[in-house]
Amino acid sequence: MTPSARPLRATVPWRVLDGFGNAQRAASACIRPRDAGEMAALFAGARDERVAVSFRGSGRSYGDASLNTGGLAIDTRGMDRVLAFDRATGIAELEPGVTIEQLWRATLPHGWWPQVVPGTMFPTIGGCVSMNIHGKNCFKAGPFGDHVQELDLLTAAGETKTLSREREPELFRAVIGGLGLLGAVTRVKLGMKRIESGRLRVRPMRTRSLEAMFDCFVERMPQSDYLVGWVDCFAGGGALGRGLVHQANYLQANDDPQGRALLDNDRQGLPPSILGVPRSLVWRFMKLMWNAPSVRMVNTVKYLLPETFNANGTFLETHVAFAFLLDYVPNWRGAYGDTGFIQHQLFVPDATARKTFAAALELCRKRGVVSYLGVFKRHKPDEFLLSHGLDGWSLALDFPVPAREPQRLWNVTRELTELVLEAGGRFYAAKDAVLDAGQFVRGYGDRVERFRALKRRLDPDNLFANDQSRRLQLGA
Amino acid sequence: MSLKFQRAIVVGASSGIGEAIARELSAAGTAVALVGRRTTELERVAATLKGGAAKVAIATHDVREYDATPAVFERLVAELGGLDLLVYAAGIQYNPEESVYDFAQDRAMIEVNVIGAIVWTNLAAARFEAQRGGSIVGISSIAGERGRRTMPAYTASKAALTTWLEALRNRVSRYGVNVVTVKPGFVDTALTQHLAKKPMMIPAARAASLILSAARRGGSPSVFIPGQWQLVAMIVRSIPSFLFRKLDL
Repeated sequence: MTPSARPLRATVPWRVLDGFGNAQRAASACIRPRDAGEMAALFAGARDERVAVSFRGSGRSYGDASLNTGGLAIDTRGMDRVLAFDRATGIAELEPGVTIEQLWRATLPHGWWPQVVPGTMFPTIGGCVSMNIHGKNCFKAGPFGDHVQELDLLTAAGETKTLSREREPELFRAVIGGLGLLGAVTRVKLGMKRIESGRLRVRPMRTRSLEAMFDCFVERMPQSDYLVGWVDCFAGGGALGRGLVHQANYLQANDDPQGRALLDNDRQGLPPSILGVPRSLVWRFMKLMWNAPSVRMVNTVKYLLPETFNANGTFLETHVAFAFLLDYVPNWRGAYGDTGFIQHQLFVPDATARKTFAAALELCRKRGVVSYLGVFKRHKPDEFLLSHGLDGWSLALDFPVPAREPQRLWNVTRELTELVLEAGGRFYAAKDAVLDAGQFVRGYGDRVERFRALKRRLDPDNLFANDQSRRLQLGA
Repeated sequence: MSLKFQRAIVVGASSGIGEAIARELSAAGTAVALVGRRTTELERVAATLKGGAAKVAIATHDVREYDATPAVFERLVAELGGLDLLVYAAGIQYNPEESVYDFAQDRAMIEVNVIGAIVWTNLAAARFEAQRGGSIVGISSIAGERGRRTMPAYTASKAALTTWLEALRNRVSRYGVNVVTVKPGFVDTALTQHLAKKPMMIPAARAASLILSAARRGGSPSVFIPGQWQLVAMIVRSIPSFLFRKLDL
């Protein structure tokens, strides 16, 4: 492949791209190839020009994982074809730019749902693989990577490698969760979940404290398909960590007579309005009241307000409505204003999680830097090299970046990071904006050096890099 | 509040207003990257600055080599360790003789004075938008206020540059980026040596000082250098076209 005679950075438009938290941005030359051939030509051109290449799908990583200051950002959304879908086996072959939404729309009418989805339907498959994302069923279904059967990796040298648990398994396990630093994922073969109803049975449960939330999970996990906790981070004292837990279970055809009809895409949509306000305008109302006292009040109401359920304490909800809570309010991040927010997700082993999360919530309250949203999940270990999955728990915290004295926030995140690392925990790259290289190594141990060794083999010149990988020193 | 410039790129720093701005910045402790066509001139300027505490970098570059600009820009930003200020001071001027129509010269002026400015300021604007701050200073001219029979392409190029900078200001000031349009009158540089009449002429060092104090004030101003030219510009702009064409301006 002959690289273009003219430099890429002079011939493609520059764009200012942001992390989803809207607290970090970067200007990059930005291009959207349509196939692996075009992508390989870009690699060759970038190598000649000695410019770093990064990958970006929908830009849903909260921090700087998809940013590449001064470099070439490859937008993978030009490769967005569902290459194949076998209705009998539920195996899909996808290009990296296919979104979770495209995927479920293609498979749901045939009775298949993705095994793992994040809280939003907009991420791309390439992003889901590279970050090895998880969902509300991670304690049971594991991360996204557990359901990838095979993938094609386009390397810095322009070679396509087909990887699986049988073919170059070490590399397969490093590319999944490999942050796009070993090459481009150009094809993914993904297993799906057979479903018989377009709905789930959801059981909401109020938990009066953090301890109660842990206990609720422990009790409910064996009989749940999905389990997620919402934490009111403003509550203190005996109510520290109070919140709501939602359990959801798949339904069999005979449990839900209408279930099959609801496999229709058109019957899975999100409500057009919330409390009478069109969904697209809700973030503007949120923005008006997006300050600590108001959010504290809303949290209290949310905690106390009973949800509508039937006699046995459950209700039925479509997959889309249950899975994609973050999509109810389009542009919800706009509520955080111009300075944006960061998400810091703490992953802590089972043995130390109760103590650590309580200390984390106390610390935030004490410092007056309280997360507006807390999301609680159970995880399990997996086979991937740079995996955040562990036999433990996670607590995701959303902090607005203060326009004044942002240093207060950075000080708190440093303290939280220290708490987690001391407890033997780690962090998740898609939600990281603050770690330094030393902290990352403390969380991942010798896995980082094993990753670097693979990087030296596949990409010795560090063609693939981004703002996060430079910050975390994940180069060859 | 006065802006402090830690790291600056000055394009067109080998002589004239650009050189004077680089000198003043360096003296104030700003790490400066000098960009110009002539290596020997850049080295001469750099050598006189290197005695100071502030870092100095140079890049030999013709602003018409548009394809090379992003690489030069990124290299200099990396060398400086970031960027707060871009000064675009590259400019050329040819005044055609009566009854001479010289496309090559007209084109060169548009390329250096306008297209070069667009390439450089775009790169800076993108970086500054991302970092939510930074200053861009473009040296336009009072000559851009009217189309003049003695310097058609030069006046057109400066009008274009003025409008470009205004558009850029309107585009990025909401992100905290300061875009300063500078319209000097006569400044004692190589550019003005061929001109017969040079009223209210000031030395380049004086111009640099006025320009940087306007830039440090922030608020994306458009300024005449020195300020008296504002009145002249008002008068010149108000002369009706049927009279203006009879003048030998």
